[in-house]
Amino acid sequence: MKHVVIIGNGIAGVTAARHIRKLSDYDITIISAESDYFWSRTALMYVYMGHMKLKHTQPYENWFWEKNRINLLNDYVKTIDHASKKVVLDKSEAMSYDVLIIATGAKPNKFGWPGQDLEGVSGMVSQQDLAYIEKYTKNINRGVIVGGGLIGVELAEMLASRNIPVSFLVREEEFWDNVLPQQEASMISRHIREHHIDLRLRTELKEILADENGRVKAVITGDGKEIPCQFVGLTAGVSPNIEMVKNSGIETKRGVLVDEFMETNIPGIYAIGDCAERRTPAPGRAPVEQVWYTGRMMGETVAKTICGEKTEYLPGHWFNSAKFFDIEYQTYGRVWNKLKENEAEFYWEHASGKIAMHFVYDQTSKKFLGVNTFGIRLRHEVFDRWLKQEADIFTVLSGLREANFDPEFFKRYEEEIVNAFNAAHPGKEVVLKGKKSIIEKIFG
Amino acid sequence: MKIIKSIGLLLFIAGFSIFISTFFSANYKLSEDVLSAQLGDAAKIESFKEHADFIGESITSNFAFVAKLDEVFRSVNQEKLSQFGISEPEIDKLVNSNQGKFDISTISLFGDDETGQYKQKTFKDYGGWLDGREFGSQEEIRSQISNVVENIKKYQIVNEKGFDKYKIKDLKYSITKASSMGKVSDSPGLFLLLTYVLCIVGALMYILPKIEDGPPGIKNNGIFHSAMKNVGWLGILTGSFLIVFYIVLYFYPEYMTNWIIMVDPVSQFLKGSDAGRFFLYGFIYTLCILVMGVRMIIKYRHSKYQIVRTFSVMFFQTAFAFLIPEILLRLNQPYFDFKNIWPLDYDFFFDNELNTLMANGSIGVFMLGWGIALIIIGVPVFVYFFGKRWYCSWVCGCGGLAETLGDPYRQLSDKSLKAWKVERWMIHAVLAFAIVMTGGVLYTYWTGSSELFGVSSYDVRSVYGAWIGAGFAGVVGTGFYPLMGNRVWCRYGCPLAAYLGIVQRFKSRFRITTNGGQCISCGNCSTYCEMGIDVRWYAQRGQNIVRSSCVGCGVCSSVCPRGVLNLENADSDSRFSEPLLIGNDGVKISS
Repeated sequence: MKHVVIIGNGIAGVTAARHIRKLSDYDITIISAESDYFWSRTALMYVYMGHMKLKHTQPYENWFWEKNRINLLNDYVKTIDHASKKVVLDKSEAMSYDVLIIATGAKPNKFGWPGQDLEGVSGMVSQQDLAYIEKYTKNINRGVIVGGGLIGVELAEMLASRNIPVSFLVREEEFWDNVLPQQEASMISRHIREHHIDLRLRTELKEILADENGRVKAVITGDGKEIPCQFVGLTAGVSPNIEMVKNSGIETKRGVLVDEFMETNIPGIYAIGDCAERRTPAPGRAPVEQVWYTGRMMGETVAKTICGEKTEYLPGHWFNSAKFFDIEYQTYGRVWNKLKENEAEFYWEHASGKIAMHFVYDQTSKKFLGVNTFGIRLRHEVFDRWLKQEADIFTVLSGLREANFDPEFFKRYEEEIVNAFNAAHPGKEVVLKGKKSIIEKIFG
Repeated sequence: MKIIKSIGLLLFIAGFSIFISTFFSANYKLSEDVLSAQLGDAAKIESFKEHADFIGESITSNFAFVAKLDEVFRSVNQEKLSQFGISEPEIDKLVNSNQGKFDISTISLFGDDETGQYKQKTFKDYGGWLDGREFGSQEEIRSQISNVVENIKKYQIVNEKGFDKYKIKDLKYSITKASSMGKVSDSPGLFLLLTYVLCIVGALMYILPKIEDGPPGIKNNGIFHSAMKNVGWLGILTGSFLIVFYIVLYFYPEYMTNWIIMVDPVSQFLKGSDAGRFFLYGFIYTLCILVMGVRMIIKYRHSKYQIVRTFSVMFFQTAFAFLIPEILLRLNQPYFDFKNIWPLDYDFFFDNELNTLMANGSIGVFMLGWGIALIIIGVPVFVYFFGKRWYCSWVCGCGGLAETLGDPYRQLSDKSLKAWKVERWMIHAVLAFAIVMTGGVLYTYWTGSSELFGVSSYDVRSVYGAWIGAGFAGVVGTGFYPLMGNRVWCRYGCPLAAYLGIVQRFKSRFRITTNGGQCISCGNCSTYCEMGIDVRWYAQRGQNIVRSSCVGCGVCSSVCPRGVLNLENADSDSRFSEPLLIGNDGVKISS
């Protein structure tokens, strides 16, 4: 029986394993040195905050793996010997494979800052990181977080949940404005400050200082200010974790280079998830995409190919979501931080300053291109349909009622949004489809 | 704000400590007046007095006082049994006088004096059917006679001359309550203030400042680091207190008379008579729902669904479960909770309940009709349109307590597949038990015969009442909040939830929908599902959640950080659509 070995038990590797099991009788082994069982990395913050225990982050109970004949091995892959089709392990004998999937994920970026390896400095990606953060944030007076992305804001929320004062160093003009348009970036920045985070925009890290025991005692910012602190979180993005692949003959650049079938230059060896880099990205997509959903979809796709139905990785329309403290964010289609050529936008923000929607469409054809939504949940299915149908902005706005995914009794803003659009775009008037529900009439 | 919270906590602890201390601090003095008021029957008063050497004496502990009462009842019964009961030598004689065939006239050997006549009469009543019977051996005759004698003792003598076990239970409680002396019975109003009011004020001072803790949003910070909410020492202590409280309430109310006396003023105000233990229970229950309802609303103030829902349970408990039934009593109408539905309301069809309703003219008949309409029309119709949530998390009292007092413990429910299997067996077994029990009760009501398939319907109902009604729903249902989560009863035991669940599973417009491909498998939904549904299992494969147990509390949707879950009512055919994860155009994913 063909033996499929998967390095890494994150969402990409585990999804591949599950789908290979659905489609075949192959022997499957998943190797991980991080944890015995699959767990949801996206929930790491909630464990620190006491919302969950680590066991709650496991999407499948422990019996699941044996029942589905997926072997789990806790070990570290040192090198890959593709000539003899073996992975060399740290604790046990080398393991032979027929098909190998590299799904080793990513690790925090470190840009060579002085002091970046001191005691009390950590990224926030793995269970080991979590244990480290737990240990080094006990009874401290201040933590400094470097890098304003999704992990950075999570780490800020984590420390704030334990009433630890946080200084948050963000290089950009506003939080995450390399992804979010200026309006939203500034809204989220305000919200971060509302949570008493000392958000320092346009501020870089210059150096981390140590005390006499080699532990963090302060950071020096780019503008020369010193911030005393006992913990530093490095959250300036992540890079593919490809240590064991280097020098193995498998081609790498930033990540493990793969073709449209997620196959590397060595036949029978695939790479998926955060560690993979497409030689020629799918249209409109980046070569390295490090989000949960793409990891999962690559796993689904590679399983097909390995089980005999060669399948190209063709992600559909872009979508993503996040939560910044209390503000939920979803996006469908593409809303770039700066309008691209011939793009037009419509931004609506509620008076509370915590609810917003940002639509982008083609200036000429009026084709809808993407939406960012904050504080209002939108239906993926409806937006995916509109994107596939190449619906125009008028269709989207008039159909907003159908696209709302907020719980019952929530205040509805469709009328306000459509009125704002009509006021800003005289001419063709958008008429909201559908009727108010009774609940909306009473509670709206 | 921190100071107000600390003071509030101190006030609560003070009030609660006073509450606990009154349990141990009462003084009891049994007076002749109390005795005659409670016992009524002059002969019984006389025999009680003969055995009670403590009348007029002051006794300083409820345990000692109740023990003395127990001793009196025991000795009275013993005396009456030896006086009026047929003795072993008499049985021997009777056996010897009847060879092979029983002749009722032989009972004349009991004699013609007062006790002899009593023995003759009772034997005729209980053993008249033996007359003329033929027996294969003397052992057989002896065993039949002994049975008759035992039945006379058990059912006739203790009842007529002494005190049977039900009477003893009632009397122990009412005598103890009437005999309570001391600070609490002198000024119940003051103690009402020092306990309940102090606790309420303290709790609100602790809860209300949470508004200032930060912007609205899910704040489950520290729950799994908490000694209270993660089965730490505080949780175990709280659970133990609740369990003991329920056991005392249901089975030993005579020890908690001081607590009941304190609410007498409230009861007097509402219905013009003194409180009983279930008035006390209803009072505390309603307060818990109201105070912890305020906490729930503050905690979930970003979610209108949670706010409206919490107001709903607060309203139905206060008005329907607590005030209206008491006001009905005041108006000389039958006590009736208009939102309680059989089989949760398991004694709805009991003969005494039916007789009370029937005896109260058109309003009684209306109540009966209303109750039956809820069972056969209300449940299926409302569940069809809204799911079982219309009852379980919007109206029901058990649900109301679970959603307010129990909210801090919702994460303790067991999400394993094994727990789901146990749940399905257990809850449907209780439903079957409730149906069989009620069937037997109605059979007895209509035919007058208590025996059905060799079992007494009275025994079945008392087993149900003790083990399911009191033990499961009360002691386990609430006592286990801090140990196994806030819906143990609703999930594993409630027969009405089982019935609502069957309708919800097979014919309803309700489902929880998942939002395309947005799930990140974080597990917040499953963790905070009080019914132990592994919500994530469905969400991460893009499948609607259609589960009989879902009470529609909406917390999965509230805690989801990515906007994936939503409670919806829509076309009932689309509920079981194929699992679908949107986003991967290269592969069609069917789970």
